[in-house]
Amino acid sequence: MDNNAVNNDTKQYIMVKFDNEQYGIDIAYIDNIVRLQPITRVPHTQEYFLGIINLRGEIIPVMSLRRKFELDDKENTNASRILIIKYEGNAKIGMLVDEVKEVVTLSEDDIEKIASDSPDSNRGYLAGVGKYNDTLITLLNIGVIINDIDNDF
Amino acid sequence: MDLSQYLEIFIDETKEHLQNLNDQVLILEAEPENIDTVNEIFRAAHSLKGMAGTMGFKRMQRLTHDMENVFSEVRNGKLNVNADMVDIVFKCLDAIEGYLSNIVESSDEGTEDNEELIGLLNAALEGKCDTGEPDEVPVAPKADVAPVGSDDRKKYLQIPIADFEKNAMNEAKANGMNVYATTVYIQETCLLKAARAFLVFKGLEGKGEIIKSVPSVQDIEDERFDFDFSMFILSEKPIEEIKKIIENVSEIEEAVIEHFEIPDEVQETAPVTSNESKAEEKVVVEKKEEKKASTTSSKSSKPVVNRSVRVDIEKLDDLMNLVSELIIAKNGLVSVTGDARVQVQTFNEQIEYLERVTTNLHESVMKVRMVPIESVVNRFPRMIRDLSKKLNKDMELIMTGEDTELDRTVIDEIGDPLMHMLRNAADHGLESTIDRLKIGKPKVGTIRLDAYQDGNNVTIEVSDDGAGVDVEKIKRKAIEKGTITEEQAEYMTEKEAVDLLFAPAFSTAEKISDVSGRGVGLDVVKNKIEGLGGDVEVVTKLGEGTKFIVRLPLTLAIIQALMVNISDEMYALPLNSVVTIEEIVPEDIKYVQTKEVINLRGTVIPLVRLNEVLDIESMERDDNDDEGLIVVIVKKGDRQAGLVIDKLLGQQEIVIKPLGKYIRVPKMISGATILGNGEVALIIDSNTLV
Repeated sequence: MDNNAVNNDTKQYIMVKFDNEQYGIDIAYIDNIVRLQPITRVPHTQEYFLGIINLRGEIIPVMSLRRKFELDDKENTNASRILIIKYEGNAKIGMLVDEVKEVVTLSEDDIEKIASDSPDSNRGYLAGVGKYNDTLITLLNIGVIINDIDNDF
Repeated sequence: MDLSQYLEIFIDETKEHLQNLNDQVLILEAEPENIDTVNEIFRAAHSLKGMAGTMGFKRMQRLTHDMENVFSEVRNGKLNVNADMVDIVFKCLDAIEGYLSNIVESSDEGTEDNEELIGLLNAALEGKCDTGEPDEVPVAPKADVAPVGSDDRKKYLQIPIADFEKNAMNEAKANGMNVYATTVYIQETCLLKAARAFLVFKGLEGKGEIIKSVPSVQDIEDERFDFDFSMFILSEKPIEEIKKIIENVSEIEEAVIEHFEIPDEVQETAPVTSNESKAEEKVVVEKKEEKKASTTSSKSSKPVVNRSVRVDIEKLDDLMNLVSELIIAKNGLVSVTGDARVQVQTFNEQIEYLERVTTNLHESVMKVRMVPIESVVNRFPRMIRDLSKKLNKDMELIMTGEDTELDRTVIDEIGDPLMHMLRNAADHGLESTIDRLKIGKPKVGTIRLDAYQDGNNVTIEVSDDGAGVDVEKIKRKAIEKGTITEEQAEYMTEKEAVDLLFAPAFSTAEKISDVSGRGVGLDVVKNKIEGLGGDVEVVTKLGEGTKFIVRLPLTLAIIQALMVNISDEMYALPLNSVVTIEEIVPEDIKYVQTKEVINLRGTVIPLVRLNEVLDIESMERDDNDDEGLIVVIVKKGDRQAGLVIDKLLGQQEIVIKPLGKYIRVPKMISGATILGNGEVALIIDSNTLV
């Protein structure tokens, strides 16, 4: 057991995988992780929105993080998951990811911040890079990703 | 004492009283002699005063108190209602509304004293000598020094006597009893008025019979009176004894008492007129009286948005019953499944039962959500009155169907658009009074607001008998603004041209007034109404008037829908807009201006290929191309369109769900619904396709 009380500089991240890259999403914003289910396409919507799903009676839009990051689409597999994000009390939103690996705990020292105005920060989607064991995890700035909605038109 | 918990109730009730006051004062303006209205106003002002006082809003209390004084004098026939007074009262109502909105925002009434208004009110009080009753001395109800025995102190003289009361008095007189009338004054320093009054009643108990008291005994016990009350007493005792009994009660200042002369003639009494006036109250909304007078402050009332619904206790009982039935049904199911040998028969019975209960439950919940549009439209008569003064046009507002019910969510949103349309009608629609007279129209312009239920829709029509829309003028304007080209204008149908009114930033008003005409009106109206799942259209005839027709769905939450397949995707079409379903062969498709149409029993109907509109990759249907097309004919108003689909799945009751705020939803999708198997289908808003 980590003694979080003493070291409150740590944060937990859900580690998700695209191709060979690993991304981390702050666990505080994750409401739920669900298996892939039929997604109803919505016509004429943003390109990166796959459509909507029914999560226990609630309609939730699902975006493809691959498309959001301008990666090519990939066949969904048994490992594909939809992360249900609830960002600061706003409405829920789903994010399709290829695979959910594990939950990692990173301390402040393990995280290298990226200045949000740096040119390669991809519109501020990235919050930093975390070092976990020997791998690097790109930490996502969920708030920016979710709220960066209308720039695409 | 912490009063914050009562604040909400206070705000709600104050709103109600204000609305009531607005309505009643409007009536009073039309019928200055209507005593029931005066009484009603007095009561409302009085309750407002009491509530404001309880909550510690001193300024509001003071203003309402002075207002109450004025109406108390009117009620006593000492003051006549005139146009100036009505204006002042309206200003007061606005001021009270100002206090109220301060209270809503900050739980504080603010610091505006409205001295000017109070001054005006008092001037109105003082001015009563000029109103045709010179023999009356100006006395506010609280004035404590007045000559003993003067008519002013004999308040009982103003009390109407009903027939049965008179009969009782005559009978008593015949039996040798005395009839006394008295007005008892309590010292203003008295803290327990009700208790003192009670002692008076108690003291008189054995000595005679009190046949009538004003205010009523109940009101007196609840301390709902100022510092005096009047009674009629039947007694055998001499007048001095009665007087002494009353004045012996401490803190009683004086009892003005005398032998009562029973009036011979049947006076106009409350019971006789009350029925009439009740009926009137409903009708009077239709009345609108206009007088030339000094300008009123026309601060328009803000839309009252409170999220609470007042629910009839009966409706709640129904709900409760249904929920208990639901539990019984559930228990029934549990017992069936608990049985090892599941009896299909019982199981089906339980399912049917459950279905019946859920259907009823749904209906009841919907009913709870329904609110009559009255709560929105009842502020319009006042608005039109103010507009009428401001624009210097004679106009009246006729409203029908205020009891039409709409879903709460729609009600909350519909106020602003309606207000916009009414303002438009008043400002642009109606001609000026001089112009009207010139062309031989009635001097008073008429604006109508008609609401009625039409199947699954509620239609609200806002119409005026004004100048109508000049189509050519609109076209010229649109060309000027670059909205359309001259070429387009030439080919435009009249309807298309009129629809230009809804184009963003389009206003034909030559001069911009602060009532309307900033060109931010109708497009906002249209957006808002479409956002509610409704639509709006204009019918106009040059010289005869304009009519805006707003159609709104009865409820936003649950509808009957036709489920269809387009390619392999499933969609729901709201059944209320579906006219028929036709099967046509490809040869029937004709082309008009390169658009596909069909001729259906004499009507030319444009075809909409839903797979194209919805961006669906078409199925390979080359093999069966000669097969018929399934076309769902939908209507919007008197227009129709044929939606081409691939497969009909049947009719179903669906629950409409919003799609969430992140995802961009095209206009033709009005929501989504969850199907029995848990999948999601989109709902097509056919109105956008017609």
